Amino acid sequence: MAGNIYRKPIIFTIVATLAILTGSIVTTFFPMLTPQMHPKLEGLKPFTAFQLAGRDIYQREGCFYCHTQTVRPLKTEVMRYGEYSKAGEFAYDHPFLWGSKRTGPDLARIGGKYPDAWHYGHFEDPRAFFAESNMPSYKFLKDNKLDPGQAESHIKALGFPYNSEEIKALNGKTEMDALVAYIQVIGRSVARKAAPIEAAKVEEKNPLAGNPKAVADGKVLYAAQCAACHGASRQGVIGPSLVDNIWIGREGDISDGSLFRIISGGTKPGMEIEERTAKGGMPPFGYQLDKKKIWSIIAFIRSTQGK
Amino acid sequence: MNDYQYDNQTVKGFIVSSIVWGVVGILAGVWISIQMWMPALNFAPLFTFGRLRSVHTNILAFGLVLGAIMGIFYYITMRLTKRPLVLPRLARFTLYLFNLGIALGLVTLLLGYTPSLEYAEFEWPLDIAIVILWVLFAIVIFGNILKRNEDQMYISLWYIIATVVVIAVIYIVNNLSIPAGLFKSYHLFAGANSANVQWWYGHNAVGSELTMAELAVFYYFLPKSTGLPIFSHRLSIIAFWSLVFAYLWTGSHHLIYTPLPDWIQTLGIAFSIFLIAPSWGSVVNGYYTVGEDWSKMRTNYLTKFFVLGITFYGLQTVQGPTQGLRVVSQLIHYTDWVIGHVHMGAMGWDALILTAAIYYIIPKIYNTEIYSVKAANTHFWLVLTGQLVYSITMWIAGIQQGALQKAVGPDGSLAYTMTEIIAKNYPYWKLRTLGGVIFTVGMLFFVYNVFMTIRKGEALRASRNRG
Repeated sequence: MAGNIYRKPIIFTIVATLAILTGSIVTTFFPMLTPQMHPKLEGLKPFTAFQLAGRDIYQREGCFYCHTQTVRPLKTEVMRYGEYSKAGEFAYDHPFLWGSKRTGPDLARIGGKYPDAWHYGHFEDPRAFFAESNMPSYKFLKDNKLDPGQAESHIKALGFPYNSEEIKALNGKTEMDALVAYIQVIGRSVARKAAPIEAAKVEEKNPLAGNPKAVADGKVLYAAQCAACHGASRQGVIGPSLVDNIWIGREGDISDGSLFRIISGGTKPGMEIEERTAKGGMPPFGYQLDKKKIWSIIAFIRSTQGK
Repeated sequence: MNDYQYDNQTVKGFIVSSIVWGVVGILAGVWISIQMWMPALNFAPLFTFGRLRSVHTNILAFGLVLGAIMGIFYYITMRLTKRPLVLPRLARFTLYLFNLGIALGLVTLLLGYTPSLEYAEFEWPLDIAIVILWVLFAIVIFGNILKRNEDQMYISLWYIIATVVVIAVIYIVNNLSIPAGLFKSYHLFAGANSANVQWWYGHNAVGSELTMAELAVFYYFLPKSTGLPIFSHRLSIIAFWSLVFAYLWTGSHHLIYTPLPDWIQTLGIAFSIFLIAPSWGSVVNGYYTVGEDWSKMRTNYLTKFFVLGITFYGLQTVQGPTQGLRVVSQLIHYTDWVIGHVHMGAMGWDALILTAAIYYIIPKIYNTEIYSVKAANTHFWLVLTGQLVYSITMWIAGIQQGALQKAVGPDGSLAYTMTEIIAKNYPYWKLRTLGGVIFTVGMLFFVYNVFMTIRKGEALRASRNRG
């Protein structure tokens, strides 16, 4: 060993610095210069001033400490959240917000999953939606007004396109409005997957209709999965009432099969169901509820319909 | 000895400051651990989990550990260069700048001013202040090394130099950002590139501040406390160079299965496995050093801090690379397992080594003995118990979280919703708080012991001056 280097601090420091820089250059500095680190999906748009203001709040409140924003290419993860994350989705993410801990669910595919009203309600009182949730309430965001001047200086710093109309429109908006706008745009550059349970394999009539065990199971499942939006007594809150005779905006019943497909695959705006046009907003539950569970919920809903 | 008196006061200033910040950071940790199972303890907007978590991590990483290290490095450097500090007033100035920086850091984190880069959560004006602080610190350290009265640089000085260089490089690069006002900036890098730079930083912040720096401390204070020379100089040379070379390749093991290019992930995994060798080089060196006379474990109260500390370092450096493997990562990544891993390192390795060094330094400065060996022993057993309860609980919780998220029913649909999984965590999260509280009580014994030693020392000094 070159024993002398331990008597020559300047040479020692230079050699140590070179040793330190080698790995840094290969794994971090060099890749920066290559296109593989700067991919961009076609159709990916920069954040608007409104969305960016929401993202600033997401950063300020440390949402990424409990929520990741990257779906790994693992089977169950894709089932739970949707299509796995692509490098090209994040070209405008300064910084990345992939996170490191998943105390709550991943949010990479949250955009468009629930209607705005769901998020307003959930931010205000998470436990009204999920009794066992440990998420803090963010009710105070409703009382904080956005500062359009600040939003403009932020979007200017990033060099994203914007116009003065857009900034003017921020007057009177709250931080909650902006946060919801950001949440709704997360992951939207990647197409949502089709319904998880193949429609062809589903019966048109509920095989568990009237089965007392199924009705009882369905009641429990309803309370855990559906009550937050459709109300504890199914009277309708964010989602429509399930006790009246109006389905997808029109009077008259729909078939068990249609009901199954709505629960399993969710609805999208403009979707045609039994000659009715859906407004969208129902998230898909097919990844977390198997056929038996969905039929049980339907058995429960049918058992109370009109009562 | 009088030559050193002024500098010793600077060292003491850093140690006392770091202890005060440490108490703040640890209490923040206990608080957020309770918030995990009692959301009513979130007081918006300043005291929600999302803000207090960065207070916990940054005030401990920078207030406690960096503060302790700066003080201890000044102390070690003076002894190994056989002279007082070349720039004593500059060193004293770094103490003031350090405390100002951490105080502002605490306030701004509570206000939510953060670029959202883990362990680099301070906004850009504070980053500039920290870079200035670090450059001044480096000037003092290198000044002493260049004007040293001892030809040979001892192992600890190698690690001190490496720590100074690594922190400077990674801190500056990762904090490059686009300012958008006094309290807001955006990472210069975007998407996968931003992730790669951040975790290259994040991992090597741990590698320098929480590893190389503690090795400098370990190699100096283990022989000093036990009177036993380091077992193998050759082994420490090999371990040093392979550690500083390999560490900087491994940041990407924090990004397994993310959209980061696969080859960077694989390189990170491979070098992480390699890193076991130099890490264990120091572990083995430590064991064989004490192996010359194991009775020191009984006769010298500090020996067990070093032996258990290096043991947890050894466990940590096997667990870490294992977690990087794809097959393990897919189960435990994003779960509480990783939190357990971090805390074995922080509460097991760093806390034991740094508190032992402080137990050694404070009485030396006053030329006296520690106030109470019994209190130090109580401190040891409490932090050991607290840490084990904490990390083991989190490992079990993490495996459960990972397994339940992957569980499927007979027809292949997911067996559990996220809410159902969260509900099953509460018993573990409560147990974790218990571990944290036991650890905190142990640390309060340490704080009490150090302050009583200082009081005793001050009284002794006053009577000496009168005499």
